[in-house]
Amino acid sequence: MQPTSYGQPPRAQLDATFAALADPTRRAILARLASGEASVTELAEPFAMSQAAVSKHLKVLERAGLISRGRDAQRRPSRIEGKALADATEWLERYRRIWEGNYERLDALLDELKANKHQRGHK
Amino acid sequence: MNDTAKMQVTTPTDREIVMTRVFDAPRDLVFDAWTKPELLRRWLGVFNGWTFAVCEVDLKVGGAYRFVWRGRDGNEMGMGGVYREIARPERLVSTEKFDEAWYPGEALDTMVLTEKDGNTTCTLSVLYASKEARDGVLVSGMDKGVAESYDNLDEVLKSMAVT
Repeated sequence: MQPTSYGQPPRAQLDATFAALADPTRRAILARLASGEASVTELAEPFAMSQAAVSKHLKVLERAGLISRGRDAQRRPSRIEGKALADATEWLERYRRIWEGNYERLDALLDELKANKHQRGHK
Repeated sequence: MNDTAKMQVTTPTDREIVMTRVFDAPRDLVFDAWTKPELLRRWLGVFNGWTFAVCEVDLKVGGAYRFVWRGRDGNEMGMGGVYREIARPERLVSTEKFDEAWYPGEALDTMVLTEKDGNTTCTLSVLYASKEARDGVLVSGMDKGVAESYDNLDEVLKSMAVT
């Protein structure tokens, strides 16, 4: 019902971000990474998960651009990347703002139409 | 802005998205604002340099409407559809389809205007061809999808703030 293509981040990127955020474990991993980078071993511990399972989640998060992995072959520490998260939030807010903006402009137009109608009524 | 000016978005069925908003104006004016090109040009989707390149309305049952917006950079975005029911000033039903389809199939828009004490409640329901189509739209940014995605984001952002 409205223009939605106004300069949005790439659709595939957003889909990947939202898909990645849809899982509670991945959100918990992100929350943990918010306090600093961590290795797969360090991440597996609090979640009582196998390292393989954690690695799988990290791959999804990495593909979504939500984290990056260090080069250190031994630890490959994960760290959070704010940009994908910011893009997702920004897009959602922009979408809502588009409609709120539409309706605020409509408010102003209706005020004008009411004033015109009132004037005509008194002529 | 008062509380009545707040937009509400709900998903009453799994193929629908409904937006509700109260306007401080009689409903015949709201109806006209939605159906007269010279009025639509003033408010629908016109911001940040985007304006209507095409705004055509053939307001009769079976008549078509066609909207094309153009941005400052020359990018265009078009959509259109056909009017199915017209009952000024209380009800307008039309189909909608975007040129660059961002959801499968066509959607059916039903706008209902109710007036009380000079205020008009505008309820706009968009019925998609399938739950998948609706969910696709939700993920790209409306209500429940927005709400859920926001909840997910909130959870992450909150924990970030705490740590």
